[in-house]
Amino acid sequence: MSGSHTAPGGASHGSTKTYITGLILSIVLTVIPFGMVMSGGFSTSATLITILIMAVLQVLVQLIMFMHLDSKSEEGWNLISIVFALSILVLIVGGSIWIMHNLMINTM
Amino acid sequence: MATDTLTNHDAHAHEHEHHDAGDTKVFGFWIYLMSDLIIFGSLFAAYAVLSPNTAGGPTPGEIFELPFVLVETFLLLFSSFTYGMAVLAMNDDKAAQVRNWLVITFLLGAGFVGMEIYEFHHLIVEGFGPDRSAFLSSFFTLVGTHGTHVTFGLIWILVMVYQVSTKGLTPTTRPRIMCLSLFWHFLDIVWICVFTIVYLMGVL
Repeated sequence: MSGSHTAPGGASHGSTKTYITGLILSIVLTVIPFGMVMSGGFSTSATLITILIMAVLQVLVQLIMFMHLDSKSEEGWNLISIVFALSILVLIVGGSIWIMHNLMINTM
Repeated sequence: MATDTLTNHDAHAHEHEHHDAGDTKVFGFWIYLMSDLIIFGSLFAAYAVLSPNTAGGPTPGEIFELPFVLVETFLLLFSSFTYGMAVLAMNDDKAAQVRNWLVITFLLGAGFVGMEIYEFHHLIVEGFGPDRSAFLSSFFTLVGTHGTHVTFGLIWILVMVYQVSTKGLTPTTRPRIMCLSLFWHFLDIVWICVFTIVYLMGVL
């Protein structure tokens, strides 16, 4: 029965090893974008793309290694609900920026 | 032998039911977090739309201090890690360790909130309060909402420290610790978006 305790988000426990791996990866994925912006030695577009990729990676690292999100927890409902929430987010955030940007161009 | 099997089966079914109740609670909390995600998404959208409108006031690059934000980020990141240690201690049924890790998590989280209050106070004293420009209104709303969440998380941690000390690790307190774990990790994930979109892209 030792494998049946509920972990955050579902199936697996995680172990000290996954948490430490998650922590180290998070530190690296934090230091790189901060370092890039603070040094100012890189082009704006290169820095922008890098910090966005680092952010997405760190979100994934923490979802998987700290919150133990996988396709099996709660028979997949954890994953399905976050995919649904993310698609709503794309509509809200993307739609707002798109509409307001057009409005600004048309009225200014 | 038939009785034996039946008893075993019953015991197992009971345990399973119990396990499911805690599971359902944690899953319900996950659904709440998804709705919270939509709230933060709306605030991020508002910030993205409003942040160029500084109304002659300061721009993001003029008021943000990245070394300060980096320290805040590490406080929250390490608190997320120490909460993970509390969950591992709970899985090993070590109540005293759970309590100690929760206290460490609380101190790191309190450090984060303290720094954020200092930053807000500093900005307001300089005349850069939420009433200065649309950029600052949306900044205070977004970062303030996150800080309020963390503050409520801190209160919840104190409640769990108390409950683990008095009730121990029971089928009632365990799902609560799991829900708080999801909440606390979730806030760290939102903070990743805050420091990337608000602070780093603001200074860029």
